[in-house]
Amino acid sequence: MKYIALIYSNEATDPKPGSEEFGQLISEYQAATQTFVEDGVMVAGDPLESVSNATTLRSRNGNLDVTDGPFAETKEQLGGYYIFECDNLDDAMKYAAMIPTVNYGSIEVRPIMTIEA
Amino acid sequence: MVSSSPPPINFETGIHALIREEWGYLVSTLYKSIGDFDLVEDSLQDAVEVALGKWKQAGLPKSPKAWLLTTAKRKAIDRIRRDNNFRTKQSEFALLQDQDDDLKEEEFDVPDERLRLMFTCCHPALDDRISVALTLRLLGGLSTKEIARAFLVSVDTMAQRVVRGKRKIKQAAIPYIIPEKSTFPERLSAVLSVLYLIFNEGYSASSGEKHVRGELCNEAIRLTRILEHLCPQEPEVSALLALMLLHDSRKAARFNNGGGFVPMEEQDRKLWDRKLIDEGSKLIETSLAQRKLGPYQLQAAISAVHANARSYEGTDWQEIVLLYDELYNLTKNPVVDLNRIVARSNISSVEEEIDALNALEEQLKDYQPFYAAKADFLVKLSKIIEAKECFQKAIDLSGNDNERDFLAEKVAGINSLQND
Repeated sequence: MKYIALIYSNEATDPKPGSEEFGQLISEYQAATQTFVEDGVMVAGDPLESVSNATTLRSRNGNLDVTDGPFAETKEQLGGYYIFECDNLDDAMKYAAMIPTVNYGSIEVRPIMTIEA
Repeated sequence: MVSSSPPPINFETGIHALIREEWGYLVSTLYKSIGDFDLVEDSLQDAVEVALGKWKQAGLPKSPKAWLLTTAKRKAIDRIRRDNNFRTKQSEFALLQDQDDDLKEEEFDVPDERLRLMFTCCHPALDDRISVALTLRLLGGLSTKEIARAFLVSVDTMAQRVVRGKRKIKQAAIPYIIPEKSTFPERLSAVLSVLYLIFNEGYSASSGEKHVRGELCNEAIRLTRILEHLCPQEPEVSALLALMLLHDSRKAARFNNGGGFVPMEEQDRKLWDRKLIDEGSKLIETSLAQRKLGPYQLQAAISAVHANARSYEGTDWQEIVLLYDELYNLTKNPVVDLNRIVARSNISSVEEEIDALNALEEQLKDYQPFYAAKADFLVKLSKIIEAKECFQKAIDLSGNDNERDFLAEKVAGINSLQND
């Protein structure tokens, strides 16, 4: 079954590109991704551009409302995700705990719903 | 002539007691082949109904457990077949495969799966309150109504917790396994903390009028005994059982005839249950001998020192302080630190310990026992006005009437001293 690991952290205090910390973080992410691939659990995974690039849409009564920004202002923002193929929640939690951001942000693990044909 | 026939017992009550005793065993075994708690509970309920009718006429079968398992499996297959959308086809397959084993089950015990069930109910991905509800219902065989009453929440709220827990286990695929070695210790400690939560709810009753809900304590002890039987090599499990027994040994002395709370220093030690103390002391001795120290062992050891002291004054405070030091090093918990300071004041003096106590105020400013302890210190230092303020804070933070009454009596006590 598939699980999504949603990666949240505070963009304002995240390591900044160009800094030593950032380089360290990237190599940690590469190592983690490699483990996911080698263990055969990796389905997908990507970082997201900053929430300042987000556009939120809401349509009510046929009127499309477009706002510049995320759907809600939160302390931590969604910054990326992985999708794992795992047998159960224990395995999904084991891999989610390897995502480097777990050490300073939050990882939310959710089962992906299977829609039966 | 005097009749020699045994006293009449209510057959139905007897059967219900037997079924409740085996409930966790039955649920855990059935869940392994069915994989759905609702179906397990419904089929088991069907089987119980058949059993009540049949056993009343024909008497108990040789193995009621095996009989109930076989019947519940058949009922589960019936239910799956009746279910038009066949969502659980796989379970039916597994169950049909199991049918061949039925005969063997009449003769042999099937493996005990209750440990898996405990780990699943107490999975860290489930909220503690949900784990408590699932453990009491699926392992303990308590009804949602009984659990709701014990925890002073509405039946609806408790039913919600049960439903949410079962749903998450299914939809998030919480596995039905005994955790692997690398995660076993932390997962076991999650199980222990749920069992201790159940015990404490019965023992200290954080809210409401009835202070001791003995049933809940007994249930927690029963479940911990089962866990101890399934994990005999885990000193923390035996230690938790010891801790519960040692606490429970004081239950007759903790309240006076009027229902008021009696602190340990004023308890009549003749009312302490020697049998429980002996069992608890023996258990903690054997756990400590395994040399894998843990927080429950230290807490049980502290409780054992109290239980075996002739009087409050005669307590081996040196030993207790030593154990608290170890416990604090292990947990870094401010509540442990508070208890350590109070214990230490019995050797040194409140004058020497008041600064250490005050240093904890920021961390424990919402913790009733902190202000109760601080007030006691202040009384001993003859700072009556400040003591009264602290008692008032403790009363405001108190979750139940017994505690409030007990603290109010103390305030009344100082008032009368002042008037003298």
